Amino acid sequence: MNRSILTGQRLAAVFLLGFVLFNYPLIALFNKPAKLFDIPLLYLYIFAAWALLIGLMAWVIESRKD
Amino acid sequence: MLQGWVIASVSFAYLGVLFAIAYYGDKRADAGRSLIDNPTIYALSLAVYCTTWTFYGSVGRAASTGIGFLPIYLGPTLMAGLWWFVMLKIIRISKANRITSIADFVSSRYGKSQLLGGLVTVIAVIGIIPYISLQLKAVSNSFTILLHYPEIVMPAKAAAQPLLQDSALYIAMILAAFTILFGTRHLDATERHEGMVAAIAFESVVKLLAFLAVGIFVTYGIFSGFGDIFSRVESVPKLKSLMTVADTGASYGSWWSLTFLSMLSIMFLPRQFQIAVVENVNERHLARAIWLFPLYLLIINIFVLPIAVGGLMHFPDGSVDADTFVLTLPMAERQEALALFVFIGGLSAATGMVIVETIALSTMVCNDLVMPVLLRWKSLRLHEQHDLSGLLLSIRRWAIALILLLGYIYFRAAGEAYALVGIGLISFAAVAQFAPAIIGGIYWKGGTRQGAIAGLLAGFAVWSYTLLLPSFAKSGWLSIDFIREGLFGIALLKPQQFFGLAGLDEISHCLFWSMLANIGCYVAISLRVQPSVVETGQGTLFVDVFKRTAGAEGSRFWRGSAQVQELLPLIGRFLGPDRARASFLAYARQRGLSSIDALEANPDLVHFAENLLAGAIGGASARVMVASVVKEEPLGIDEVMNILDEASQVRAYSRQLEQKSHELEAATAELRAANERLKELDRLKDDFMSTVTHELRTPLTSIRAFSEILLEDPKIDLEERKKFLAIIVKEVERLTRLINQVLDLAKIESGNAEWHTANIDLHEVIEESVAATSSLFSDKRIGLDMALPGNVPKVRADRDRLIQVMLNLLSNAVKFCEAERGRVTVTLSAEEGEVRVDVKDNGSGIGEADQNTIFEKFRQVGDTMTAKPQGTGLGLPISRQIVEHFGGRLWVSSELGKGATFSFTLPLNGNGAERREERAEK
Amino acid sequence: MTKRILIVDDEPNIVVSLEFLMKREGFEVAVAGDGEAALREVEAKKPDLMLLDIMLPKKNGFEVCQTIRANPEWRAIKIVMLTAKGRDTEVAKGTALGADAYMTKPFSTKDLIAQVRQLLENS
Repeated sequence: MNRSILTGQRLAAVFLLGFVLFNYPLIALFNKPAKLFDIPLLYLYIFAAWALLIGLMAWVIESRKD
Repeated sequence: MLQGWVIASVSFAYLGVLFAIAYYGDKRADAGRSLIDNPTIYALSLAVYCTTWTFYGSVGRAASTGIGFLPIYLGPTLMAGLWWFVMLKIIRISKANRITSIADFVSSRYGKSQLLGGLVTVIAVIGIIPYISLQLKAVSNSFTILLHYPEIVMPAKAAAQPLLQDSALYIAMILAAFTILFGTRHLDATERHEGMVAAIAFESVVKLLAFLAVGIFVTYGIFSGFGDIFSRVESVPKLKSLMTVADTGASYGSWWSLTFLSMLSIMFLPRQFQIAVVENVNERHLARAIWLFPLYLLIINIFVLPIAVGGLMHFPDGSVDADTFVLTLPMAERQEALALFVFIGGLSAATGMVIVETIALSTMVCNDLVMPVLLRWKSLRLHEQHDLSGLLLSIRRWAIALILLLGYIYFRAAGEAYALVGIGLISFAAVAQFAPAIIGGIYWKGGTRQGAIAGLLAGFAVWSYTLLLPSFAKSGWLSIDFIREGLFGIALLKPQQFFGLAGLDEISHCLFWSMLANIGCYVAISLRVQPSVVETGQGTLFVDVFKRTAGAEGSRFWRGSAQVQELLPLIGRFLGPDRARASFLAYARQRGLSSIDALEANPDLVHFAENLLAGAIGGASARVMVASVVKEEPLGIDEVMNILDEASQVRAYSRQLEQKSHELEAATAELRAANERLKELDRLKDDFMSTVTHELRTPLTSIRAFSEILLEDPKIDLEERKKFLAIIVKEVERLTRLINQVLDLAKIESGNAEWHTANIDLHEVIEESVAATSSLFSDKRIGLDMALPGNVPKVRADRDRLIQVMLNLLSNAVKFCEAERGRVTVTLSAEEGEVRVDVKDNGSGIGEADQNTIFEKFRQVGDTMTAKPQGTGLGLPISRQIVEHFGGRLWVSSELGKGATFSFTLPLNGNGAERREERAEK
Repeated sequence: MTKRILIVDDEPNIVVSLEFLMKREGFEVAVAGDGEAALREVEAKKPDLMLLDIMLPKKNGFEVCQTIRANPEWRAIKIVMLTAKGRDTEVAKGTALGADAYMTKPFSTKDLIAQVRQLLENS
């Protein structure tokens, strides 16, 4: 159960990270008409952050030992 | 040219495949080898979240708001991070209470309230039916567009078509038939539909593949990659603005509120609740869904923006609705097969949503709306029916048909009106109203039925006023004036600028006011009213679900009497007599009973029966039904509180008990050790007694023998007579000495000895002792040397006792010395803080092994010698006790054959003596 | 024929009294002060009866008894155990090892003589 709570806390931390990444003001930093690798910056940023969150959640879930 | 029959037959073939999968899934479930007992299938079935609103609508939304479509998918991603706590808890609660729907969940939490169940059902139906219409419309439109292949013709107003030629009608009918077939095949105690879930998971794969196919075709077929599309966007100012969001507070605000709204929707849309909670086979599956489901969302969204801008560039004149780009782009490029595949993808998105949503809604309508009414309707005489399971199934089937019919009617009525286009988010906002009652209900025991009703009503009212009615007005069904001027012309009541709150988009505006009203009423009323007995019980069961063993405590809140003969037929009426009998038998077997007749109608059984019934007709109705056949003794609120206290006390006790048992174990170990020590002491005491007895009996033997000889035989000559009498006297002396010493030792050991402490000059003590033993020395002709310096300080001790010690040491020395050759030396010396006396002899010496034992009682070194030494064996132990009493030490140093030196020291300040005396007094 | 009695005890005064008693009854008397001396004495000249103390130096009475009973030639020797330890276990042990009688110190001289006579007459 302790491990389970630990996993839950890690996931909650990912949630908080995501909430910060996907909202003002961080999102405003990337809200520019610029492009990176020929892809609009904001679009790239959101998908990158999104993938990062999923990766973190997958890592937390699949590496748990209970 | 795609013929209508081609499209139709491909569609039917697809539905046939679905049908086959569902059929196979059900068969496997019946055989006990569940097809969907798999975390990946669970995660895929959750993707029922992506409807045609995603499949076609995302592109449309992206074409007008750019990346503004993304929060709808970011919200669920974030929420997945909290599923570990929230969703797991809801699943656990639902399994423990056999929850059949979200309405059942709310109703069960707040004291199995029929009113609440009905309210949730009404809100869900009103909120969701337009959403179902949207699916019908999407399928119908895509069918119409595809029918005109290769021409791209936007469908005319659906309402303009004659009813019988309207594809949407047939789609609705087919979906109704499909849903009835798989949603109401039988009444299950847990209301699960494994075949249906398998089919939904399959549909999720199909729609994802179809969308990816279009995305890849548009990005790499029509254009040459992401870079190409986005660099072309640069040249179109109108498109360029889609690549960012407006840099204003309102824009970020609506971004936030959409994220928040979709977080709630992923939990509380009836279809999501159905799939995630009711259809969940194993709560461990949730873990993989936490990352796999968001991954699905990410993948299905990668190509949305490229398709949207690609479509906008491909059809620059605006003649083609952006909602149809997914279909029209392949058509424009003459990709017949791809277009058909896209149509199937859209069909799968629509059917998946419609089937699950309709099953969920029909369960709610049946259990929380129709059954409570029917059961109250006495004239229907339902109580006299023997088997109501058929009735239940027909109610569900009719409910499914009715819901789809309503959806179709709404579709016909709304047509292309605004009311349909915006309905996705409007639905989300409707189900978001369930959030306070559910989230509050599983974490806050204080939430009450009245609070939940008030919150739901307030939230629903605000939602209707600020979102639903304006959408009707925009569709032209209501006077638009009420939006522009406010109700009755009062500006503060403008539905989309309530109390003058302007600057928010309509969704954010509605979300703010409805949540404020909802949460406000829920909390305020909950805090004002005292919850009823049932509410308190249910509240505790829900909130503390992880702390309790499943189902074990549900029966604690019930007291009364019941009869198995009444319960069984009751359950039988709803589940069918055979199923009921089988369930009861399984229950009986589980308790080690052989038959149903052996069952005792105790609270546990009543709880089991009620739970069983809840699985079929919902918690609230189940309670009413069970209450009709059992005699319940109402529990007072105090009693419930007592039970709850007891439960928590029991837990506390069990923790304490565990701790106590640890302590007890430790204490036992200590006791065992103490017992061992005591046994050892006992053995020593036993040995001591035995030895004392021996030492007493031995002289007595001689005394008795010679006394009897002398008494019986008067003819013994004088010489012998004298000899015998001398022996008797000697043995009596020995006996006396022994008795004295034993008593002496006992006194010293028990602390009862008298001590006459004074300042003693050891010089005198030694001289006196030597004088007293001089005859011993002269008898054996043993030499005695003394080294007694005159300046040795006095010590505080008992003079007589020290003489006793010296006598003992001197007589010992004599005893072990050979006659004539023996030599004893007594030395007195002052050392640092103490005075030391040594008595050295040149006798046989003492082996190292014996150097300690000689200080034990009766342990003489006799065994090593040919003859028993003289003495009692108590002299040295007594001497040591005396010396130690005055804070000194007594020891021996010796080597076998080289004589021995007995030494003792006494402290100069005499503190030791006083200390010991104080202690002895105490 | 005069019966021969071996007295084994390490208490000189007890030996003196036993020797006097036995001689007065007309027995031939031998004396040993410890267990080993007792066995040597038995080997040198087999006695008809032994008065055997238990608490002996070098070899205690039980061991002496055991050794004698282990030798078939010495089966006929009557053994009367004498002990100052009156515990039942000791009595049982002595009997188990083959002693013919057991007397607790201090004993009545009459009883001892009667016991010795009875044992010697039976043989």
